[in-house]
Amino acid sequence: MELVLIFLSASLVNNFVLSCFLGICPFLGVSGKIESAVSMGFAVTFVMTLTAGITWFINRYILIALGVPFLEYVSFIIVIASLVQFVEMLIRKISKPLYDSLCIYLPLITTNCAILGLALFGFLREYSFIENMVFGTGAGIGFTLALVIMAGIREELELADVPHVLRGPAISLIIAGLLALAFMGFAGLISA
Amino acid sequence: MNREVDLLVTTSPQIHHPDSTAKIMWTVVICLVPAGIWGVFLFGGKALLVIISSIVSALVTEFIIAKLLKRFTVLDGSAFLTGLLVGYNMPPGVPLYIPAIASIFAIAVVKWTFGGLGANWMNPALAGRVFVFFSWTGSMTNWRVPRFLTTHVDGVTMASPLGFIKAGLYDFTGTSPGPIAFLKAGGYPLSALDQSVTNWINTSVLNPLGASLKGGYVDLFLGIVPGCIGEVSALLLLLGTVYLFIKKIITWEIPVSYLFVFGLLIWIFGGLRFNNGLFTGDVMFNFFTGGLILGVFYMATDMVTSPLTTKGKLIFGAGAGFMTFLIRVYGSFPEGVSLAIIFMNIFVPLINKYTKPVRFGVSPRGGGK
Repeated sequence: MELVLIFLSASLVNNFVLSCFLGICPFLGVSGKIESAVSMGFAVTFVMTLTAGITWFINRYILIALGVPFLEYVSFIIVIASLVQFVEMLIRKISKPLYDSLCIYLPLITTNCAILGLALFGFLREYSFIENMVFGTGAGIGFTLALVIMAGIREELELADVPHVLRGPAISLIIAGLLALAFMGFAGLISA
Repeated sequence: MNREVDLLVTTSPQIHHPDSTAKIMWTVVICLVPAGIWGVFLFGGKALLVIISSIVSALVTEFIIAKLLKRFTVLDGSAFLTGLLVGYNMPPGVPLYIPAIASIFAIAVVKWTFGGLGANWMNPALAGRVFVFFSWTGSMTNWRVPRFLTTHVDGVTMASPLGFIKAGLYDFTGTSPGPIAFLKAGGYPLSALDQSVTNWINTSVLNPLGASLKGGYVDLFLGIVPGCIGEVSALLLLLGTVYLFIKKIITWEIPVSYLFVFGLLIWIFGGLRFNNGLFTGDVMFNFFTGGLILGVFYMATDMVTSPLTTKGKLIFGAGAGFMTFLIRVYGSFPEGVSLAIIFMNIFVPLINKYTKPVRFGVSPRGGGK
């Protein structure tokens, strides 16, 4: 039950994009089409889950064991960057079509603040290993959900007569704001 | 002389439908008027000022923006309807700038930034209401005592039934048979009208059948409860709804699936928070409190922001019912109808995309394979 709550909290109630406002750059950048949004979402979910697992070990057995928790930012960023590199090489080796469809999005994940945020949140909330993994997956699924919703709306708006001055990033930010407004309904459903 | 009007070339299907946007919008407005008059009667002239403030700001905003875009849309009724719905969703004693800001937000940000009526993917009136709700939560949950009710505390403001229950259940450990009994135990007032009508119904109709009605439902049904101006009277809103159904302006799918899912969930799980077992929830109470009737029949069914297909509408209604239940029972706000509907609005493009009917002659899995 605890795990289900963590999952729902990370994916819906405290959605990384629409409630914590993390990972906005891919949210705005890769939400033009539903297909690419789904691919990006799954790539992020994959990286997030792995990050949650690995940073937990680093945190517990290196940072805390050596008494250097102040190194968390540096070490987590290095871990995420190398992890993304690793995932990229792995996908290129295993599935070329998937690699081609993700192309630029994979390296982009390195700079996705949602992933660093995930590692730091997990650290702050003192999750156990399993809890942290579930938290990572939930956050990834929530990220995917936000991305797909955004892509759906943007695809629909391609045909709309949006005033000229608002086209492009402006309208995306307005949509994002309204989406965040809709997600505020979840407030208080699950605490933390 | 505009020659394009003389020689109109259109693509098929060339079927003419007598309904226009303006006709539909004004019909909905007419169906809403009785509930508004009743609300003004219950809450006094201040309520009328709130409605006027929201309508006027909606119309002015619409006029200015349409003028800037070299269009003229004020008379199509959609801005009037948005303003009216914003006004109906306001507490009667709210400061007048709040409905004005809600209407301006609704028309300018939620509707026109996306290109005006037809392109707004979120219900403007509800988005406006939710926007000001989170900005001025205090004023937006400050309810006035309606006519026919007397309270002993200060005589001007009181909690709404849903707010009273949410606050009362916060650290509630005992058991209570249900929301009506919980309100009664908390000293929540009933009108004299409620008592006499309930007595009449019981003695002349229900008692011979071996049933009885508890006091309180009549107040809820007639709207003699504190609440938003236009949402309180379930009776008058339902009368308007009948006309909308006759005119085929709204269809059955969204209201039915919304009420079915919401009622079912309330019936199964609604009793749990009163520390009763499963299947003891009070469905009737939950149907007639808060903005459910207004939301289900007048706002969830908005043509622009609801799905196009029957299957899509059923999904939309069911999702909104589930979210309303979730927010009302487990959320931190007493009422969740407006939040639930705008939450489902954001899924409409996806629902439309994945419930699209298959074209004739094409296999569902992308034929030709």
